[in-house]
Amino acid sequence: MSVHRRKFLKLAGITALGLAGGAPAKILAEDSITPDSLKEVTEATATPKAPLVARRWAMVIDLTKCREAGDCNDCQKACHLTHNVPDFGNPKDEIKWIWKESFHHAFHEQEHEFLDEKTKHGPAVVLCNHCDNPPCVRVCPTGATWKRENDGIVMMDWHRCIGCRYCVLACPYGSRSFNWRNPREFIKDLQPEFPTRTRGVVEKCTFCDERLARGQMPACVEACKAKAITFGDLEDPNSEVRTLLHEHFTIRRKPGLGTQPEVYYIV
Amino acid sequence: MLEKALSGDKRYWSWVAVLLSVIGIGTFYYLRQYNEGLTITGLSRDVTWGFYIAQFTFLVGVAASAVMVVLPYYLHNYKAFGKITILGEFLAIGAVTMCMTFIFVDMGQPYRITNVFLHPSPSSLMFWDTISVFGYLILNIIISQVTLGAERKSIAPPKWIKPIIILSIPWAVSIHTVTAFLYSGLAARPFWMTAILAPRFLASAFAGGPALLILFCFILRKFTKFDAGKEPIQKIALIVTYAMAINLFFIGMELFTAIYSNIPEHISHFEFLFLGLEGNTTLVPWMWTSMILGVLSLILLINPGTRKNEAVLGFSCVILIASIWIDKGMGLIIAGFTPTPLGTVVEYVPTFPEIMITLGVYALGLLIITGLYKIALSVRKQVTT
Repeated sequence: MSVHRRKFLKLAGITALGLAGGAPAKILAEDSITPDSLKEVTEATATPKAPLVARRWAMVIDLTKCREAGDCNDCQKACHLTHNVPDFGNPKDEIKWIWKESFHHAFHEQEHEFLDEKTKHGPAVVLCNHCDNPPCVRVCPTGATWKRENDGIVMMDWHRCIGCRYCVLACPYGSRSFNWRNPREFIKDLQPEFPTRTRGVVEKCTFCDERLARGQMPACVEACKAKAITFGDLEDPNSEVRTLLHEHFTIRRKPGLGTQPEVYYIV
Repeated sequence: MLEKALSGDKRYWSWVAVLLSVIGIGTFYYLRQYNEGLTITGLSRDVTWGFYIAQFTFLVGVAASAVMVVLPYYLHNYKAFGKITILGEFLAIGAVTMCMTFIFVDMGQPYRITNVFLHPSPSSLMFWDTISVFGYLILNIIISQVTLGAERKSIAPPKWIKPIIILSIPWAVSIHTVTAFLYSGLAARPFWMTAILAPRFLASAFAGGPALLILFCFILRKFTKFDAGKEPIQKIALIVTYAMAINLFFIGMELFTAIYSNIPEHISHFEFLFLGLEGNTTLVPWMWTSMILGVLSLILLINPGTRKNEAVLGFSCVILIASIWIDKGMGLIIAGFTPTPLGTVVEYVPTFPEIMITLGVYALGLLIITGLYKIALSVRKQVTT
């Protein structure tokens, strides 16, 4: 039901923009504009391409390619820049949407004493898994996080979140971060196209839903020079992700928990 | 009836003043937290719930324990509890108020808390916990108001209150069960994902809460003319004994399952608690203290000689509450986060402002209990004279 409401609001926002006579600059200047409506405005004004749509978005990350790229951290840089993710410079307050984790931590149940050195000491790029059966959505007391029925993206409403952090407990992947303090003072290079968050709400990767709506691939996919990240529709048998899954042995994080993660790894 | 809490001797007002100043200090630090964010606590990306939620969990148990005096009195017509039932109900009111305040101070966006009601989400246990805890508060306010009001007029309470009292019995069990479900339904946190969590919560609650009631009876006897009497106190002590025995038995069952199965992600949390993990031994001395105090209190309670000696009984209750508080108020929550789902160990220690806010909330609860007990005792005095 809430999805319908959101669609309606989106339409209403675009309509209102039309009525305003194409003066987004004036609207933007007003203080009453919330980050969300700002998002609507920029989305509506900058739509050169048709939106990318899928029935079930999924990601395949080729860790062999990632490994070869060495110290590269382009995916995180691009993502955190695009989404105004603050950098507090300490692990206690840290917020991260996508990051390079050690294989040991990302897949500790897969590790063994004689695991090959390359894998063992190699990186594993981790992010929200956009689970088919997301435990974070199940536990949210306000519906501030929900799974988009049409394409499976696990979304966040930063205006509804009460900051109880129950979703952080429920996530088996440590993919959710909480704004322990005001993030706005710690954004180095503010991107006006994307909303900033307030103190006291939870945030995470949203598979770049705002970029998909503009017909662009997720920022991390575009930024990866090694072409280690592939993004596509799992329900489309001809998609690139399906081809990769067909041709390679892939693993997912903590498959035993029944969350059905939609991020797959070639190791 | 509330006006009775506003008249008292110098000692009463000094105690109220002490509580008010602690509340004041707590409020000061809460305002700081409100302005700067939860960053002023020891909580972090990896340990997202801590001291506040732990106190909430402990106090839900204290609130639920009122059923241990309500049930024998109303269901089994055990007359000896007639004098203290109201004390149990008032303790529940104070405890539930503290619970709700602890949840409130833990919120990142406290002024959005009504979203829980504006966007009800039945799939979330937090939604049900809110309903059950809030409902329990309402039930206890109605019941205590009506029964004490009747007592004041020296008449029998109206008949319609009986079904409400009966309803409050399973409701008390439900508040701690649903609180346990908050934790035990999370696949991401193996430490809490145990079917015995709710029974364990209830056992520790039915030991700790009534033990607190015994201490309150002793305090009232010392500072006021109210005497609960020997028989009811001994009866409560017996309830505490059984509940504590069951509680320790349950802890043993948890340890057996984790240790014998030897599954790393189950055993690692207990390792963290009792041996330390990756060099982090913050909780180890606390947990051993909790276990030793727990066993010692049970020995003193099981032995009729020591149980019937009121001085020893008081001591047993103090160490029993300390044992349960450490286990529930510190170990339970922090160990659920350590190690993290990624297998790392991140230290959590509550900060000074966090402890001050916590003390402030406790002082608020004590103030409410003090005022309510004052009302109860004044009504009693009026009736008997």
